[in-house]
Amino acid sequence: MSRVLEVVRLVKGKSVEQPIYGLTVRGVTKHFYRSKRTNGKLRFHQKLQHMFKREREVIRAVDDISLEVNIGEIYGILGANGSGKSTLIRLISTLLLPDAGSIHVFGDDVVTNSLKVRRVMNRVSVEASFFKRLSSEENLIYTARLYGIPAPEAERKSKQILERLGFDANRMSEEMEHLSRGMQQKVAIARALLTTPMLLLLDEPTTGLDPKSKRDVQAFIENIRQERNAVIVLTTHDMVEAEKLCDKIAIIDKGRFIAEGTVEELIANASSQNGAPATLEDVFIALTGKGIEEEE
Amino acid sequence: MLNLVRETIVSYAFIERNFNLLKRYMSWEILFFSYSIVNALTIGLIMVGRGSSEDVLYLVIGALIWGFLSIMMREVSDAITWERWEGTIEYTFMAPIYRITHLVGSCLFAILYGLLRTALVLAIMPFFFGEHINLGNANWLTMGVTVLISSLSFIGIGLMAAIFPLLSPEKGQAATGIIQSVLLLVSGIYYEIEVLPIWLQPISKISPATYTLRSIRAAMLDNASLESQISNLSLLLIIGLLLIPLGFWVFYFGEKYAKRVGRLKRSG
Repeated sequence: MSRVLEVVRLVKGKSVEQPIYGLTVRGVTKHFYRSKRTNGKLRFHQKLQHMFKREREVIRAVDDISLEVNIGEIYGILGANGSGKSTLIRLISTLLLPDAGSIHVFGDDVVTNSLKVRRVMNRVSVEASFFKRLSSEENLIYTARLYGIPAPEAERKSKQILERLGFDANRMSEEMEHLSRGMQQKVAIARALLTTPMLLLLDEPTTGLDPKSKRDVQAFIENIRQERNAVIVLTTHDMVEAEKLCDKIAIIDKGRFIAEGTVEELIANASSQNGAPATLEDVFIALTGKGIEEEE
Repeated sequence: MLNLVRETIVSYAFIERNFNLLKRYMSWEILFFSYSIVNALTIGLIMVGRGSSEDVLYLVIGALIWGFLSIMMREVSDAITWERWEGTIEYTFMAPIYRITHLVGSCLFAILYGLLRTALVLAIMPFFFGEHINLGNANWLTMGVTVLISSLSFIGIGLMAAIFPLLSPEKGQAATGIIQSVLLLVSGIYYEIEVLPIWLQPISKISPATYTLRSIRAAMLDNASLESQISNLSLLLIIGLLLIPLGFWVFYFGEKYAKRVGRLKRSG
């Protein structure tokens, strides 16, 4: 009930010309510049020339992407390494500024109203990113304080979340660097959930985890969907995970969405175009022409 | 009012985190602390047997105050470097806090840490210098006020320096080091600025460390009262009041640039 009230509070007073989604992305584009790579060995004078007059090439990391995610929905983004998934997540989480287009979280623009957006959002990335010499407890209390959560409450909540994720709470005082990758990732999930976000961005949260940890994390995401009316965006490499957890899936390649729909829709559409793919992986390969782990 | 209380509580997160890190890296702290003591001692001992006790104190003050001011300047910038290396900067920037809260927290830690380390080094000095240092003539009030006022300027410089590691941790540390060494050269830390080449002296006049040392030396060596240092301290206050907003402004634009070109990703 309180979650419903929270949603009502977030969208209250906003224009209703168009329905307010938990997350709306419209025509977002982000490009980066990088020094042009040179083929073969350069002569000395060419190296000198290259040092002073570097040619730059444009990388379109995210290219005219639009999406809408309803409250209570899990939206999956499938893509190979370097396809633009993490850049899109960073744009939504206010860590990058879009070159074009707009992103709204519960009706608030992520650029002009970023503080308000940051209050209702959190993110789990593929890299756990903690102060490695601090304990998980110290790291979590630090995060909690940034969100105005008192330390005792943070401790209690973290313990609850970590125990549900299958993390031995007795190890909370151990330095992060002594924890396994799976355990660190569970602490990263606890860090995000501690702040009770209405928009949860999960950027490959299970990549590199052992099967048991992967299952624990997936079950937890499933529980969150059932318990809360949160908006969840999940980027993944794992087709089974996407199929199991996501209400809607987009396939991203070279910064562009090349397909979007439910698993059934994606399979049905790809079947009609290219024969009869039976799985999501087949759809992915058929559409992108490459395997999911393939580097570009 | 409620916001101010909330933001103050939030800024405590940075102080607590940095003290926690300090505890975990205690061996490094012992090393830095030993280095500060040895540095002050070796510089002070140059004058023992060659000059008066004032001459010894003149150099020791230079070493101690420079130690304090460089901590002030470095800590703010190092906090950003550390976060870039650990990859936590993205999470700190995603938190629903004003940037000013974030930076004020880092600055408060820098002041507390700088005071603590300098006080400890100062407490140890009499064991090594004995009668060669006479603090009986010191005006501690003038010294304390000068230290506080000068902290503003160095925090301002620290905020500007913090932008370098935000854009590139490795190059950023080097850039902070360059600023620090220029200030060391021109501010009359161990000598009067008049001995510098004429063309360097104008830079001394805009360095806040020049005025800080002038007032502190007057307080510690000549028992100078607060009133006698008013003009010097006013100048220091003006520099501080200009540098702090300038520091925030530079940081704000640096952050915007970093978000535009994608520099917040984990590095190192």
